[in-house]
Amino acid sequence: MIVGLGCVLLTNWISLAQPQVLRLAVDDLYRGVTAAKLGRYAVILFAIALAGGVFKYFMRRLVIGVSRDIEFDLRTDLFARLQAQSASYFQRHRTGEIMSCATNDMSAVRLMLGPGVMYLVNTVTVTTASVAFMLWISPRLTLLTLLPLPLVTLSAWYFGERIQRRFEGIQAQFAALSARVQENLSGIRVVRSFAREDREVEEFGALNREYQEKNLGLVRIWGLFHPSLTFLSGTAALLALWLGGHEVVRGRITLGEFVAFTVYLATLNWPMVALGWVINLWQRGLASFGRIDRILRAEAEIRSPAHPRPMPRVRGELEFRHLTFTYPGESRPALRDVTFGVPAGSTVAVVGRTGSGKSTLLSLLPRLFDPPDGTVFLDGVDVRQLDLAELRSRIAVVPQETFLFSTTVAENIAYGVERADQEQVAAAARVAQLDADVRQFPQGYQTLVGERGVTLSGGQKQRTAIARAVLRDSPVLLLDDCLSSVDTQTEERILRDLRAVMRQRTSVLVSHRVTAVRDADLILVLEEGAIVERGTHDSLLALDGRYAELHRLQLLEEELEAS
Amino acid sequence: MSPVDDDSPRGVDARLLQRLFGYLRPYRAQVAFAMLLALGDALLQLAGPFLTKEAIDNGIRHRDLQHLDRVAALYLSALLAGLLLNYLLTVMTQRIGQSIMLDMRRALFDHLQRLPVAYYDRNSVGRIMTRVTHDVDVLNELFTSGVISIVGDVFALVGIVIAMVQLNAELMGVTFSVLPLIVVVTLVFRVKVRRSFRDVRARLARMNAFLNENLSGMGTVQILNREPRNLELFRDVNAAHRDANLRTVFYHSLFFPVLELVGALAVSLIVWYGGRQVMWSGITLGILVAFIQYTQRFFRPISDLSEKYGILQQSMASAERIFELLDTPPDPAVARGPLVEVPRSEARLRGEISFENVWFAYQGEQWVLRDVSFRVEPGEMVALVGATGSGKTTIASLLMRFYEPQRGTIRVDGRDLRSYDVRQLRRHLGLVLQDVFLFSGTIADNLALSNGAGARESIERAAREVHAHDFIGRLNGGYDAPVRERGASLSVGQKQLLAFARALAADPDVLILDEATASVDTHTEAHIQQALRRLLVDRTSLVIAHRFSTIQDARRIVVLHHGAVREVGTHAELMDRQGIYHRLYQLQYFGARAPRRERFTHDWGEDQVALLDPGIDPA
Repeated sequence: MIVGLGCVLLTNWISLAQPQVLRLAVDDLYRGVTAAKLGRYAVILFAIALAGGVFKYFMRRLVIGVSRDIEFDLRTDLFARLQAQSASYFQRHRTGEIMSCATNDMSAVRLMLGPGVMYLVNTVTVTTASVAFMLWISPRLTLLTLLPLPLVTLSAWYFGERIQRRFEGIQAQFAALSARVQENLSGIRVVRSFAREDREVEEFGALNREYQEKNLGLVRIWGLFHPSLTFLSGTAALLALWLGGHEVVRGRITLGEFVAFTVYLATLNWPMVALGWVINLWQRGLASFGRIDRILRAEAEIRSPAHPRPMPRVRGELEFRHLTFTYPGESRPALRDVTFGVPAGSTVAVVGRTGSGKSTLLSLLPRLFDPPDGTVFLDGVDVRQLDLAELRSRIAVVPQETFLFSTTVAENIAYGVERADQEQVAAAARVAQLDADVRQFPQGYQTLVGERGVTLSGGQKQRTAIARAVLRDSPVLLLDDCLSSVDTQTEERILRDLRAVMRQRTSVLVSHRVTAVRDADLILVLEEGAIVERGTHDSLLALDGRYAELHRLQLLEEELEAS
Repeated sequence: MSPVDDDSPRGVDARLLQRLFGYLRPYRAQVAFAMLLALGDALLQLAGPFLTKEAIDNGIRHRDLQHLDRVAALYLSALLAGLLLNYLLTVMTQRIGQSIMLDMRRALFDHLQRLPVAYYDRNSVGRIMTRVTHDVDVLNELFTSGVISIVGDVFALVGIVIAMVQLNAELMGVTFSVLPLIVVVTLVFRVKVRRSFRDVRARLARMNAFLNENLSGMGTVQILNREPRNLELFRDVNAAHRDANLRTVFYHSLFFPVLELVGALAVSLIVWYGGRQVMWSGITLGILVAFIQYTQRFFRPISDLSEKYGILQQSMASAERIFELLDTPPDPAVARGPLVEVPRSEARLRGEISFENVWFAYQGEQWVLRDVSFRVEPGEMVALVGATGSGKTTIASLLMRFYEPQRGTIRVDGRDLRSYDVRQLRRHLGLVLQDVFLFSGTIADNLALSNGAGARESIERAAREVHAHDFIGRLNGGYDAPVRERGASLSVGQKQLLAFARALAADPDVLILDEATASVDTHTEAHIQQALRRLLVDRTSLVIAHRFSTIQDARRIVVLHHGAVREVGTHAELMDRQGIYHRLYQLQYFGARAPRRERFTHDWGEDQVALLDPGIDPA
């Protein structure tokens, strides 16, 4: 960076020698000169330009390059920071918002640090040096001709700000226009059924016209901006020509000095415009940096404790002790006084209607949300006292909604496992009844699944997630209603093979189907966050309560389907 | 990525260009005026160096201060005129560009209103949006910074050449000897930069996709302890993006100094060659200075021109996509125009509906409806009952003529549905969907969807009759309360009541109602039931029923199962038959008996039925 800025100084000082050569050449021409001397001047001029060019090259490369490096570091830090944030952070901040910070705000900061710094230094050095030379030629002329130049900066800044503001207005109107189109397209059936097309066209036309008006409002300023800059710098040139001409005629300066003076004046134009631009860059860059900084400073809500308890060997015994949990920002608890234990190697099933708290229960074990102190235990140790990464590495989760990454099937199955060979991946896929499907894909396990797995069916996606958990080979297995998108026969097969896996692990299984939970060591029925029935399949049927009712309904539905 | 989504520049297609320029036709006069302005502007740009020459040669060197003052005055007026012309030119070109954008967006939106509903099943909203927004904006660039300023640049270049020839043809020849160098440098740069920019765009897209995916799937990433590995991967895509950018920085750092160097070469040549001529063959110093200034002005339009060619190329891709959408044939039902009008004298339908052996598939041979036949007599209410995916919603869509059945006939008042003017027909049919779609605007706007600027009284009367008036009155602003984010602040029950009010205000002859399944509190439930009865009174109606009370009111019940009509009859008849309806009823019945357990059993039932029959239900 320092070297880059050094190049800025060198570039400018070298370029400023050019008018001096011109001055000598013109004066010599006026007085009479040899062809050889003229040739020398031409060569010197070119040499100066060459030297200036070389430094300019390094200046740009170094300064802009450094700003790209800073952008890289900042963006990497941002990503690292975001990875440490918990689920509730992403509920509060929409992806689009964060994305805009990682892209738009990031480039605003880069522009401030790259061109923003470069042109600032450039302007300062060029201005001081040029003005010094000009003062040396003629102080009076300098003061008079420089009068319009601060106006150039001022108007660049003034217009820049106003243009920015109107531009934001246009962006907002554009967003409104887009929203309108989107609404129309999403609600196309309602539009058609009320035969409302003409009104829609009319209303869209009005918004469209307003957008045009706003754009023309910007044009009225924008159209004035560039011509007025040209005008102001032209005025300075005019003043130099006119007043300078008078000075030459009066004999106060030579013709060569006059020419050099006009050239210096011309070199001042761009830095003056740039200054106004730089001011805008800094304003925007600082605002953007504020937004980035907010993300960088946000404390992760769920962290490892400072001194985590060591976990030498995990047996997989789970315990929930008087667990009452309320989501941050809500008043009604999602779980009320839930108490149960899962001995290592056993299977507990949880049933209940949507919103009864089943998924919440599962999400507290790997601390996706934080349970209160002293409520959730793994091998008798509060999960909040364990190292977060280690805790999660001992738990395999099959979530309700499968998230696949846009890579190959194999990599999706082995996601989160450091080293897994082809055979292990295929074995896990076989347990999840996915292997046969994958073999039919054009590239087998190397088939790309597309963005979020669009090329796979819902059932295939769920089975990929199951294979993922099987491959993970951790002592605790959590299955959150993970068979909802597969048909009954496939479910039977998956359950048969999973049972072998589950026997070696402690499992908690959430499901909608009696067939899936029938064989569990313990079945819990949740209602509004509380356990209302508990027992085995047979004991719950004997109880003739909610579980028994659910069982009856499902038999009825099977019968209906068969008809 | 389909070929049409590809943004990379392509050749300039003459036919596309011709079609694009068709949009300029309404603004011929403005375009001609803008061209004149561009010509004037180019001329004025020539004035500066020329006046400088005058000032030096005839003013300063002849010590004629009066002449100098005159030249200065001329210079000032040239500057002022330049300011004015430039301003007018910018405003004029932008006005033309904006008008064309307006025309294009209107044409696109208008066309979208005529496309068949099936088009929206095939194309995502996001893709269509891009045509109306992004692609039109790209074309705006073509018209504003492209077409007219290209003309301006050409004028400027020609003018400078003429001016230089006038001053001294020989010196011009020497100066222009660097011209091939500029052209070569610029062309090489363009090619390199275009390639590296494409690279930057591709890598930026990859980085953004990675970010987006990982932010959305952060929960999964964390559960699987993938953070360290993903940070590494992100560092890689981030570095790839940086490196691609650094390559463009390299070209830029090289290009501008080289271009300036060529400029310096020209100036050196002028000093050397021109200087000698000043000494021996009477070129004036003023001409020399003017030459240097002209040379500097010559470079900008040249690099501008190559940039504009880039814009032209890019706009071709957008134009292709826009025209592709405009060339998509509209819904034949709309396009064919009125066939048989609903007779004006009667102005109402009797409301007799019949489905005769109707077969329908959204795709190929995957039949959603199989040989469906049933009748609804005028003034009668018929309930459609069946599990999710049995084809109920499809029947409603076919009656609204969103789709055409592959086989069979649908008749309204004894006439084939296809013989009606579709938009007139739809005015007589009222459709109330489960998912109430509210538009942004006020509550009143949403109630007056059909009858244009419907009178406030008729809206209020409708709202009162379906018990929506009370809660509307409690909203901040009442009927003028804005609906935000599709009514996110309204409860499900409130939205239902609004949908009823809006249907009642439209006063359709036939009502097609997809009853909501969502559970609401008992108070609202009672209101909805009353409102429903009010809505159905004296009206032919086809109700996709989910509530037992609604079914009981029905004259007849049509039971659909796997796309076929399996049972028809009254509630009592169907219960006696002990068939599908009987089982469906039992599933519902548990819910109706014990309100405390209702939601519990209801949820299980819905989920289960949905699982068993994964048919397509696009509503």
